[in-house]
Amino acid sequence: MQPDGTREAPAAAALASVGQSLPHDSAIRHVSGSAVYVDDIREPAGTLHVVPGWARDATRGRIVSLDLDPVRAHPGVVAVIGPADIPGKNDVSPALGDEPMFAEEEILFWGQPLFAVVATTREAARHAARKARIEVEDLPPLLTVEDALAADETVLPDYQFRKGSPETGLATASHLMEGSLRIGGQEHFYLEGQVSLAVPGEDGDMFVHTSSQHPSETQHIIARVLAVPDAAVTVEVRRMGGGFGGKESQANHWAAIAAIAARATGRPCKLRLDRDDDMIMTGKRHDFRVDWKLGHDAEGLLRVVDMRLFARCGYSADLSLGVVDRSMFHADSSYYYPDAMIHSRRLKTHTCSNTAFRGFGGPQGMLAAERMMDALAIRLGVDPLDLRKRNFYREGRDVTPYGMKVEEHATLHAIVDQLEESSDYRRRRQEIASFNASSPILKKGLALTPVKFGISFTLKHLNQAGALVHLYTDGSIHLNHGGTEMGQGLFQKVAQIVAEEFGVTLDKVKITATHTGKVPNTGPTAASSGTDLNGMAAKIAAETIRNRLVAFAAERYQVPPDAISFADNSVQLGERSMTLGELAREAHLARIQLSAAGFYATPNITWDRPSASGRPFFYFAYGAACSEVTVDTMTGEMRVDRVDILHDVGRSLNPAIDIGQIEGGFVQGMGWLTTEELVWDDRGRLRTHAPSTYKIPTASDVPEDFRVTLYASAGNPSPTVYRSKAVGEPPVMLAISVFSAIYDALASLNPGTIPDLDAPATPEAILHAVLSMKRSRAG
Amino acid sequence: MREVVRFLQNGRVVELADVRPTETVLDYLRLRRGLVGTKEGCGEGDCGACTVAVGRLVEGRLVYQPVNSCIQFLGMLDGAELVTVEDLAENGQLHPVQQAMVDHHGSQCGFCTPGFVMSLFTLYHAPERQATRKTVTDWLAGNLCRCTGYRPIVDAALEACFNEIDDAFSRRADESIAALQAMEQDTRDVFIPQAEGGFFAAPASLDALAELAERHPQATLIAGATDVGLWVTKQLRELPQVIWLGRVRDLDRIEETPGGVLMGAGTTFAAAHPYMARIDPDLGELWRRIGSRQVRASGTVCGNIANGSPIGDSPPALIALGATIELRRGEDSRTLPLEAFFIDYGKQDRAPGEIVTGLYVPRLDPNHAFRCFKISKRFDQDISSVLCALRVTLADGTITEARLAYGGMAATPKRAEIAELALIGARPDRPSTWAAALKALADDFAPISDMRASDAYRKEVARALLAKALVEIGGTPDERTRVSGLRSGEVDHAA
Ligand SMILES: Cc1cc2nc3c(=O)[nH]c(=O)nc-3n(C[C@H](O)[C@H](O)[C@H](O)COP(=O)(O)OP(=O)(O)OC[C@H]3O[C@@H](n4cnc5c(N)ncnc54)[C@H](O)[C@@H]3O)c2cc1C
Ligand code: FES
Ligand code: FES
Repeated sequence: MQPDGTREAPAAAALASVGQSLPHDSAIRHVSGSAVYVDDIREPAGTLHVVPGWARDATRGRIVSLDLDPVRAHPGVVAVIGPADIPGKNDVSPALGDEPMFAEEEILFWGQPLFAVVATTREAARHAARKARIEVEDLPPLLTVEDALAADETVLPDYQFRKGSPETGLATASHLMEGSLRIGGQEHFYLEGQVSLAVPGEDGDMFVHTSSQHPSETQHIIARVLAVPDAAVTVEVRRMGGGFGGKESQANHWAAIAAIAARATGRPCKLRLDRDDDMIMTGKRHDFRVDWKLGHDAEGLLRVVDMRLFARCGYSADLSLGVVDRSMFHADSSYYYPDAMIHSRRLKTHTCSNTAFRGFGGPQGMLAAERMMDALAIRLGVDPLDLRKRNFYREGRDVTPYGMKVEEHATLHAIVDQLEESSDYRRRRQEIASFNASSPILKKGLALTPVKFGISFTLKHLNQAGALVHLYTDGSIHLNHGGTEMGQGLFQKVAQIVAEEFGVTLDKVKITATHTGKVPNTGPTAASSGTDLNGMAAKIAAETIRNRLVAFAAERYQVPPDAISFADNSVQLGERSMTLGELAREAHLARIQLSAAGFYATPNITWDRPSASGRPFFYFAYGAACSEVTVDTMTGEMRVDRVDILHDVGRSLNPAIDIGQIEGGFVQGMGWLTTEELVWDDRGRLRTHAPSTYKIPTASDVPEDFRVTLYASAGNPSPTVYRSKAVGEPPVMLAISVFSAIYDALASLNPGTIPDLDAPATPEAILHAVLSMKRSRAG
Repeated sequence: MREVVRFLQNGRVVELADVRPTETVLDYLRLRRGLVGTKEGCGEGDCGACTVAVGRLVEGRLVYQPVNSCIQFLGMLDGAELVTVEDLAENGQLHPVQQAMVDHHGSQCGFCTPGFVMSLFTLYHAPERQATRKTVTDWLAGNLCRCTGYRPIVDAALEACFNEIDDAFSRRADESIAALQAMEQDTRDVFIPQAEGGFFAAPASLDALAELAERHPQATLIAGATDVGLWVTKQLRELPQVIWLGRVRDLDRIEETPGGVLMGAGTTFAAAHPYMARIDPDLGELWRRIGSRQVRASGTVCGNIANGSPIGDSPPALIALGATIELRRGEDSRTLPLEAFFIDYGKQDRAPGEIVTGLYVPRLDPNHAFRCFKISKRFDQDISSVLCALRVTLADGTITEARLAYGGMAATPKRAEIAELALIGARPDRPSTWAAALKALADDFAPISDMRASDAYRKEVARALLAKALVEIGGTPDERTRVSGLRSGEVDHAA
């Protein structure tokens, strides 16, 4: 053990590229406007534009008639496509066959596409798409968690974890407490909307440029709708203008429509969704109701937890199996539940199909756990941080509700202790108490909350990756792998790893677009695992080539292999030195293969869902955040005054990129819990389908005092690439500290009373809680 | 008459005869010119991905403003310099704002980045800015980034935007100014005819404007097009005839008289900002929170009024101040109190072909106290759920007259007449004396529920804001009543 509580990891050799704060691989192109996104690709001659059409007055109903003649008659329209134009299956779902490309008989949510217009300009297609005459016989839609519960409608079977005997726990605990929390969903609001360009080739081939986190799945779905072999479809993704999970499965539909349009017309077809259509048609973060019950002792030590997670999945299953599982996996947050029942229902509603969103269900589970902590602390009149620490996983109290042992709890403790210190938590706690005592209108709140996030896909087979590396005879390196770049810096991190292997500078490594023809059958770039998986695969590929070069050079120059090293853009062979290009040329003449595929499968994961046993995660990523807020109790307005974050990325591959992920994730999480409110009306129509009504944070919402530090880790104890840790998703949950701080401010209005605050904490939600606190004080 | 639109780009005058009345600058750049560095993120002025810089002469100086190219019509570039992200680097050298963005890791997915770069470019060129975080976050309120969390972008701005101005644009400013002046000297009216009687017109004088508007009462008048742009991009409305008033120099005038401020209908929010802030700090803060830099650079105060929305921000504040507007149809002018202009939802006291020509805003007297609050889900660049503005006249601490106006509470911006009456005789420093006024608001308003707020919240907040105004006027310092927009706060409101 290190003094700071972290475990010792093998010391790393001095590294040249790995660990450097290099800029994003495309930084210069980003600022120059020369980074090419799908809509920026110079269109092949004759490209047509596709816009989906839908019934603006129907949420759920039977299609009685669909008159598309006025659409066809619109100037510029070349074709109108519908179910009859699909040679294969009318299904774009990732797995279950429950998402038609075009609804045929029944409309299942407001915004479901019925047809698509193909026109010479996008403008013509947009206008034409609104001209359909659609008659629908309305059926009563299920819209809310309660509607779906009453109808007992689900998209997938219920699922649960049981640990010990929760019934006995609840029956015998000395103290019981219960509550319920509603958690809103979240729109991804990637700045670049969904877009695909499909270019038909010879022999039924289709080449598709798209903005997808899961090119392989996009490829397979296109093949399915076109009724061609997977091998006839090639999907390429150079970069996305943001993904956040919103392009994991949700990009497929639009790519598939573009491909069908290209097949139907024989011309290249581009589909770029309008922002409104995008927000109306594509899935979001699941909204939840969580009912919880806990038993505890007089000191607040948890005895038992019973949590019921009701997720609103929308009209189809999409990724709800894994998403809600991950909520369950994080329903413990960082706390030990001796006995537990974690139960989940995947409810079906007639709304867009909710999907992956950074954190993939984890944030909702954790938020519920943190709410339990806050409520219990208020009830007991203790500092919430003390209560949290008391219930942390620790030696002997280290088994999760799903049976996996938490091995690295010392890291959790060290992070929280260090942050408590560096954020000056105790002193500020005092200051805030005295501020609140003398401030009738403005109330401050403070909270320090932990993050423990499981890393690995809980669907075991997704934990594999491939890479393809070529060394050319001029010494330049072509790098390709199955991961996609959506801004997270994956391409640069993997390039750093490959540069390290060959001892070259980054300019020698050519980063190339993700391409299903180069690395096949990949998983999505998701679950924070992009670098863990693809970095390792690329490292293995590079090592393979390097080992071949070493073997060749050792023989050719009669030097022992360990006297051969690759550094500073040259190869050292004992006393001799040459460039990588020179060595590559010699190896090539000697007929040595200079190309290699790398493959990696995460070890040590054994999760078996049917029996709910085994180990789902390779390791956990940890972090903690301390937030201070001020609430206006007259209006419900809220300001975040200061945020301190300490986050564990293991040994960082690129600190600048990691800090960017932490800050960006935190701010995105803060938006989810504060200003970002999705509003559906009583007819199931989404009312917040543009940035004019759906408010993600702006620059001024970020606290002026924002201190982000990487935890001084000795390295991931699990053997990840260079002992780094995944960083994509965990920081989102650091924002729970803001929500808890608001709760803390509200609690000051009437100590001992549990505030009634749901997420997001909009001014209206906060004022609602204020008023009920005041009423309870008066009553 | 001139049948072309002209603007300056990269030191060259671009002359276009084929300008469709509602073709956007963004579509022109991306679809016609293949300049795809400028991005579309929303098509409604909210995300800033499409930001370009537009340079115009202001009192002989070249001023660059950020503009949402997605909702600006191409013809509105007439007489201006257009700068896009492709134009900034010089001989392969990044512009200082671009370099700072790279150095500070200010881009992740990069899709928002060109828009940020262009906003930063305008900040770089803005004169006399305080180098503070607040200046920067305000300047960037119209640029959304979903990846970075903004911190690195703000740091990049702080490093790059407050130094001596020295770039290709400053070095060739004299030539640019000369080119803009040359274009300005061509005072012919612009009229670009289209098929079937359509046109894009940009008259150069008030008389020509009035005459044209009267002759084509069904034509769409545009000032900044920050409302009208969305009719086209979002509602897909066809507007065959468009008259832009941006070339009418008479409408740009702003005059400070001993009693108040007179503004022509061309006055943008940005231009009006310092004048409003001088009347009262709450007005300065309200103006700061209307839209974004981009929206305020194009959007006009009179457009906000003429648009007639119940949630427009300036009308309630201006009504509380006792503002009047001036209208003209053909040769006939008339003036009316602002509140009389708003008749009902979507209905204003304006005849077809009639133009709003100006606005008069009286200053506050020494015995006036004024407060104004905007409530929205997000502080910056959001539409109000409720806006409250109060002007009271005080004699020895007692209210003798009250003008209390709200937005978001009724079908129009509206005075709370019953509450106003109840306020007379009340003392702000004695809450018991104004309890009746708070209650009276329930009789004044029956607000609706929508995606921004419920009716219950609107009612509650309407009361709370009146109470807050009175508490503050009664002497409680606003550090104890507000989480944002302190009256003594950093003042930074130049155009
Ligand atoms: C992203 C965004 C954010 C916004 N935020 C806010 C906000 O926070 N608060 C707010 O109040 N508004 C906001 N708006 C709305 C808009 O910016 C304002 O209403 C603005 O004042 C409109 O002025 P304009 O010059 O752009 O009007 P235009 O769009 O040009 O015209 C608006 C209407 O007024 C008419 N009109 C314009 N000038 C005249 C005239 N002189 N005589 C007669 N009729 C005329 C037009 O015909 C049209 O009907 C926002 C808009 C956007 C796009
Ligand atoms: S595209 Fe979003 S503001 Fe123009
Ligand atoms: S970098 Fe992705 S939106 Fe800003």
